[in-house]
Amino acid sequence: MNAVTQQEEKSARPQPVEEERQFVSPRVNVIESKDGYVLEADMPGVAKNGLEVSLEGNVLTITGRRTPVPVACLLYRESPTADFRRTFELDPSIDGGKISARIEQGVLTLTLPKAEKVKPHRITVS
Amino acid sequence: MKLTRWQKPESWNVSPWRRVNSFRDEVDNLFNLAFGRLANLNPGNGQEAQLLEGWFPAVDVYEDKDNLLVKAELPGLRKEDVEIGFQNGYLTLSGERKQEQKHEDAETYRTERWQGRFHRTISLPCRVDADKIKATYTEGVLTVTLPKAEEAKAKQIPITVS
Repeated sequence: MNAVTQQEEKSARPQPVEEERQFVSPRVNVIESKDGYVLEADMPGVAKNGLEVSLEGNVLTITGRRTPVPVACLLYRESPTADFRRTFELDPSIDGGKISARIEQGVLTLTLPKAEKVKPHRITVS
Repeated sequence: MKLTRWQKPESWNVSPWRRVNSFRDEVDNLFNLAFGRLANLNPGNGQEAQLLEGWFPAVDVYEDKDNLLVKAELPGLRKEDVEIGFQNGYLTLSGERKQEQKHEDAETYRTERWQGRFHRTISLPCRVDADKIKATYTEGVLTVTLPKAEEAKAKQIPITVS
């Protein structure tokens, strides 16, 4: 579980810098293969330009801003008004420079490849 | 002509749905408290939570002069996975999210995203023109546009002074 660990305390408390902004945590799936990790996050209503993925040290932050709804009178709402944010602590084996992200129909897919040196190698006996 | 009692739009906020919803959140929290630890011990076993809760995608209802807009958060679906029905003033959204790809030789750490079937029925607050209902799907949000029936549109009544 220590591979891509979520920093609960970071996402739970509002960030003081972002003055009182509220965030909701997107639901994610995390899968590890021998080449790296794949993180999928549900972020409905977030377009490509509303998405921010940042890496500071080994802390990865994903932020998604919802596309505002055109002017109409709201009758009933279940979806949260807050934007999405979640932080993850990355495994040291991940090559930070090679992380790639794409968003398709409200699903963010992050590919986090492992650094070459940590990938399992087969050593041929001569 | 039928006379319907005027209902303030604010009263939607205290609709039974809302109560059911916050109740669901409470139940979610309870289960998370009880099973959170278990799920953490067995990574990849988020399935039991899904069995207990089911998938209720969030639905918003908007209104403008001519249309009702129903928005549902359905990320990562394909067009053919969603079904929209309309009958007797009720809009039905149903469908299924299938597991997108099989990850061979992969280990799962977290499975929080919903999978499986969903079904929502929305009671519409006014009459709509059933033949002109349209639906679009962008950024994982399904938007159903329901043009109001002529008799449901707001009308200005001129006053004649004699």
